[in-house]
Amino acid sequence: MRILPIIIIILGTFLASSSLAEEVNPGGLATIRGAATLDETKKPEALKRVPKDRSPIKRNYVHQPPVVPHQTRGYRVDLNSNKCLNCHSWKYARETGATKISLTHFETRDGKTLSDVSPRRYFCLQCHVTQADAAPLVENTFKPVDSLNNE
Amino acid sequence: MLKNFWTFLKSPSSAAMWLILAIGFAGGVIFWGGFNTALEVTNTEEFCIGCHEMQDNVYQEYKETIHYANRSGVRATCPDCHVPKKWTDKIVRKIAASKEVWGALTGLIDTREEFVDHRRSMAEREWKRMKDNDSLECRNCHNFEYMDFTEQGNRSVKMHSDALASGEKTCIDCHKGIAHELPDMKGVENW
Repeated sequence: MRILPIIIIILGTFLASSSLAEEVNPGGLATIRGAATLDETKKPEALKRVPKDRSPIKRNYVHQPPVVPHQTRGYRVDLNSNKCLNCHSWKYARETGATKISLTHFETRDGKTLSDVSPRRYFCLQCHVTQADAAPLVENTFKPVDSLNNE
Repeated sequence: MLKNFWTFLKSPSSAAMWLILAIGFAGGVIFWGGFNTALEVTNTEEFCIGCHEMQDNVYQEYKETIHYANRSGVRATCPDCHVPKKWTDKIVRKIAASKEVWGALTGLIDTREEFVDHRRSMAEREWKRMKDNDSLECRNCHNFEYMDFTEQGNRSVKMHSDALASGEKTCIDCHKGIAHELPDMKGVENW
């Protein structure tokens, strides 16, 4: 009877080690960011540098949200304040020389016009992306529409 | 015995004049040195964040900003912005700050919620102080005379060469919330 616990322990150890030895699928799908498996941590790419300030960048297609041609680090947009509207709101755009926000931003999704920026359009950086000095990840043959080519 | 002590105090001392002067001088040096040392101790970041009000709220927010960490490693700590450098102004500010000690003792800001409730009034007090002294603490490091506009972005040049140069505006008028999060800005000028 004394031998039973020993057998159980040996059997348990064997089972445990065999299940550990089982091959774990490490993933390994290759994307344009390179291949990475689940069990390794890839070295992150260096952060892209955002140019301090340049002239407005022309749009490529109709209804494209204009992209942001300047740094936006530390510009808070939250319930208390909106740093973008400090310059781009109609109230201050003339004084600061910034592009005014479109009046479509005052409309609700039902098309009703409000007296100030609609909550659904409040978070600027959701659509207006800060531009970094980065090359395209994939080859692209897209050509900007000619009708907007005025700059 | 008490009477003897009283007579001792009343009667002219037999100690030499120079000895009394020396004792007075040494005492003065020790007192003055000690006072200034203590004053400087209260003028450090460690002292400021010794209270949980500062450590848990404003310090955590400040850690994300450029005055805490940046490419060259030059830092502006709490007293660099919140305490004047000039001795007389510093003393005035330190006396005014005794109100904050009272706040800490009575537990005015014990929780994050209480801090958020008080943020607007505290921010307004600081904005007013900096507006009144023409952003003196900013200018201790950021000297307008030596700003190189060719190194600044277009937007900065426009604002600095216009509103700041004419003295119409001072740093804090535009640069609010650069080291801490902002309160609800409803009704604040230019926001």
